Amino acid sequence: MTDAFFHPSILFIAGAFLIPLLWGKVQKAYLLIIPAIAFLICIGASQGTYGVYNFLGHEIIFAKIDKLSLVFSYVFTIMAFIGMMYGLHVKDAGQHMAAYFYIGSALGVTFAGDYFTLFVFWEIMAFASAYLVFAQRDDAAVKAGFRYILVHIAGGVFLLGGIILHYAETGSIIFGPIEQNGSAAFYLIMIGFIMNAAVPPLHAWLADAYPEATVTGAVFMAAFTTKTAVYVLVRAFPGTEILVWLGVIMALYGVVYAVLENDCRRLLAYHIVSQVGYMVAGVGMGTYMTLNGSVSHAFAHILYKALLFMGAGAVIYMTGRRKLTELGGLYRTMPVTLTLYMIGGFAISAFPLFSGFVSKSMVVAGAAADHRPVVALLLTMASAGTFLHTGLKLPYYMFFGKDSGLRPKEPPMNMLIAMGIAAFLCIAIGVVPGQLYNILPYPVHFEPYTGDHVTSALGILMFTALGFFLLLKKLDPEPTISADTDWFYRKGSLIFMWFARKPVGAWEGFITEIANTAVMPFIYAVARLGFWIDRNIVDKAVNGVAGIIMSLSAGVRRVQTGLLQHYAIGMVLGIMVIIFIFSVIK
Amino acid sequence: MLEKIVNFIGDEKNAKTNKIILYVILVVVFAADFFVPREHAHYIWDKIPGWGAVYGFVSCVLIIVVSKFFGHQGKLMKKEDYYD
Repeated sequence: MTDAFFHPSILFIAGAFLIPLLWGKVQKAYLLIIPAIAFLICIGASQGTYGVYNFLGHEIIFAKIDKLSLVFSYVFTIMAFIGMMYGLHVKDAGQHMAAYFYIGSALGVTFAGDYFTLFVFWEIMAFASAYLVFAQRDDAAVKAGFRYILVHIAGGVFLLGGIILHYAETGSIIFGPIEQNGSAAFYLIMIGFIMNAAVPPLHAWLADAYPEATVTGAVFMAAFTTKTAVYVLVRAFPGTEILVWLGVIMALYGVVYAVLENDCRRLLAYHIVSQVGYMVAGVGMGTYMTLNGSVSHAFAHILYKALLFMGAGAVIYMTGRRKLTELGGLYRTMPVTLTLYMIGGFAISAFPLFSGFVSKSMVVAGAAADHRPVVALLLTMASAGTFLHTGLKLPYYMFFGKDSGLRPKEPPMNMLIAMGIAAFLCIAIGVVPGQLYNILPYPVHFEPYTGDHVTSALGILMFTALGFFLLLKKLDPEPTISADTDWFYRKGSLIFMWFARKPVGAWEGFITEIANTAVMPFIYAVARLGFWIDRNIVDKAVNGVAGIIMSLSAGVRRVQTGLLQHYAIGMVLGIMVIIFIFSVIK
Repeated sequence: MLEKIVNFIGDEKNAKTNKIILYVILVVVFAADFFVPREHAHYIWDKIPGWGAVYGFVSCVLIIVVSKFFGHQGKLMKKEDYYD
């Protein structure tokens, strides 16, 4: 066991400042070397607590390393490498810096041992990722970016409120499992976390912002924000019953919206919601098997979802189009992209020999073992929907279907290499799951490759395909957008503005009118009266008093002659008066 | 190799062949489910051969029909300039 641990967040966040100073090949090499070093650090790290500082009488723990944080750090650093490779051709140093901040803060959350550290990195993550939306620089992206950052700030406020209450109740800021006492702190922290996990109805920011981000930025976003949320949920909320049902709803919710969606990356974004649903449900059930399932599914998900976003991003990058209604027939000129995308599609759909099969089934089997047949059935239904969209609908309308006449070339080599690495890992995990199972937080007693599991999985998937081809006409994408819970703040803000302009404005006008016609003249009249009273009564009274005093003092002044004999006469007369008074009264 | 397979699948001329291949796969998958041991079955439906195929198909149809119902009748689908 080594005593030192070089925190990879420092590597990324401090390292980000070097990026704009480098150029050309040196910069590219640097962008790739840092994630590689970070990965090696995480591989070499031993469990323990590092970087403990005293801050205002509290222990700040920058790195608490156990199996749970390690497995997330592995996949985050692998993903950092893949994502940087995919974005290597991008000249905008700002985007690379934002990505580094984003990765660094996600790792910071992963290793955080206390709520203070967690919260700081949590907020850096929100702002760094928002930049990846803004960097797209068109009007829709800027607006979506602002909505994204506002929603995340709101979520952060919930989290902070929960942390403060938690501290007030327990006197501790150590980040760990929270007591299931239904206190306000419990729910506020949970709301902060599940908002980042995109649990409906707090999920709309994801499907709103991700498709507006840059081609390369969206790849990072698909990987980090929701999965750090899964990590903190696994750490703090295992066995929270409500999460089981929120997770199941999520899994199906994403599927329903994916049917309606026409924007290719928004369709994929809704499938993030769906897939994270499995992980949230796994956390909710809270058995070793389902928690392992959540963690392994997060691991697999980061890689195949990134691959899918990279595939769709490659098409957007080469064609400049993102709507399925405007794409089609690209298989002719982009067969490699298609193949790599399909590997991601098979992985997310949980085809045997692909990564989703060995991770997703652990959650579903865990639900069955936990005596939750309805959960198991509904999650299985959602996985049919997953294949339907990401494995069939999207590739069909993008690469096959009606010919759009577009003949784009394959994307740049660095994009293909990045997709190739992700595709390789999707297959490797599926073929040799033991390696992934070994790094999970709890011991694994699960064998995915049993005969009946394989055949029933294939049955579900292939007959989903049959349903797809039979109902193909019904599935044709339509040039629409779908109203989601972001309606409440997008249209809601319009209602608010209308309310501010119309009723509030009218009321304000009415009040002004009354003020101008009735209140102000009255006030003027009172003021005039006051002025008259002041001038004619108060001033005259003051002047009168002054006149009396002046004439009095004029009289008194004449008494003061300054001649000694006058004063002497006065004194003698006074003494005589006193003597006279005393003799008479006696 | 890769290009050939992709072009074969994509070519309209092979639509019929592709269909036949799909049907063969479906039959094989469905049949295979009858020949596997089921000692891991938790619930009654896990013991029914062909359950996965039926459930997959029903799920697929249900998802499409219900979603489109929400989209059209539930007015979730809006014109693209809805928020502008």
